[in-house]
Amino acid sequence: MRSGLWYRFEIAVRGLTPFVITLSLAILTVIPLRIPDFAPVTPALTVISVYYWSIYRPDLLPMAVVFGVGLFQDALAGTPLGLTALVLILVQYVVIAQRRFFHSKTFLVEWWGFLLVAPGAALVSWLLASLYFGVFVAVRPLGFQLLLSIALYPCLAWLLARIQHYLLRSA
Amino acid sequence: MKYRGASVRRLALPVTGWVQRFAFALLVSASVGMLVLGRIDSTFVERLRVGITDSVAPVLEVLSQPSATAAAIVEDMRTLADLRGENERLRAVNERLLRWQAVARTLEQENLAYKELLNLVEDPRPAFITARVIGDAGGAFVRTVLLNAGTDDGVAVGQAAVNAEGLVGRVVEVGRRSARILLLTDLNSRIPVVVEQSRVPAILAGDNSDHPRLSFTPVNAVFEPGDRIVTSGHGGMLPPGLPLGEVISTVGGVARVRPYVDWTALEYLRVLDFTLPGVLPATRTAGPAGPLP
Repeated sequence: MRSGLWYRFEIAVRGLTPFVITLSLAILTVIPLRIPDFAPVTPALTVISVYYWSIYRPDLLPMAVVFGVGLFQDALAGTPLGLTALVLILVQYVVIAQRRFFHSKTFLVEWWGFLLVAPGAALVSWLLASLYFGVFVAVRPLGFQLLLSIALYPCLAWLLARIQHYLLRSA
Repeated sequence: MKYRGASVRRLALPVTGWVQRFAFALLVSASVGMLVLGRIDSTFVERLRVGITDSVAPVLEVLSQPSATAAAIVEDMRTLADLRGENERLRAVNERLLRWQAVARTLEQENLAYKELLNLVEDPRPAFITARVIGDAGGAFVRTVLLNAGTDDGVAVGQAAVNAEGLVGRVVEVGRRSARILLLTDLNSRIPVVVEQSRVPAILAGDNSDHPRLSFTPVNAVFEPGDRIVTSGHGGMLPPGLPLGEVISTVGGVARVRPYVDWTALEYLRVLDFTLPGVLPATRTAGPAGPLP
């Protein structure tokens, strides 16, 4: 028989999964992959992660944590500090507000939702960056980044679903 | 028991909703505040950023290694396929370079003789630190890379980062273990340059595209495609004569430059410690330049 304390500790550690994954994806974003012209169009991995966990386990990814991960990514990537943080919070807020729409729906609905949320996130980040730098920032790389993110969503969501199944099933 | 718990939760529902909305408003204002603070160049924001980058630098250092190795293997395979052609090409290049070597030797002697005649004050030879690229921007808004060297190794803000092909960018932020290089294609990059042949001065201004443009050019200045652009050394921050790129187009009076640097193959960079004798170190702490008025 498992002791209560150990069991609770295990649950708590497993509960960190969404946070750890989102943080790792933030780090992965800045790892140089040396693929030609890839760096400016690196998919918005953290947006995908925040979107996914906000649908399935928003209780394990509090808004303050999302904010922290956003700041962390801003600091690493060299983007204006606060930009990604704000975008990620907005993504989470929108998804949680519309959670009923996603609940127990098919994957296609989930992807369709991402198809609506991701361009919004890109638009907000573009507006913020343009305001911050005082010029209209080039749109093209952002467009490609958006397309890549949407194309990558099914793969990453599948992976996240596997992880959720194995680690958070009992939690 | 169970029932009571549920009813307490139902009672608390409006409160949790309110708390959530309050947290949302708080965090949104915090982000906006952070952006505004960063915009007016607060040292607090910069220190926070450098602190985070510095603490993650060892992790990035380890993680960036496999991708570098994988890229090297792919590159090996690619060159292996065309070994014979490559050999032929190198032989031709070698022949040409040997002729250039002869020319360079004569010119060097001639130059030395002239310098002696003129009693020329020599620029100091820059010392350098070699560091590995451990992170790139991974986003659409900035063009920067992270290096695994910082103040502990002698890196300082304002120094030039170069590789074998030419100037890559300048150090804009430095922590103890890491430094951020603003690539010359970044929106905020401004580098004083001259055209190698005609000595026409200009500022090479990045705009996040692959081809930065020449701005603040003299009236009636003419740029031809193929003109080599090198650093001018004005401002004393960068050593003069570092190759940058060549003019590729002059559409609508705007000359665009294609940098020599291959942005996908940035692996090791040299950070040049260029100090002019008599220049106060305080002048080296300038941050990134703002956008053009």
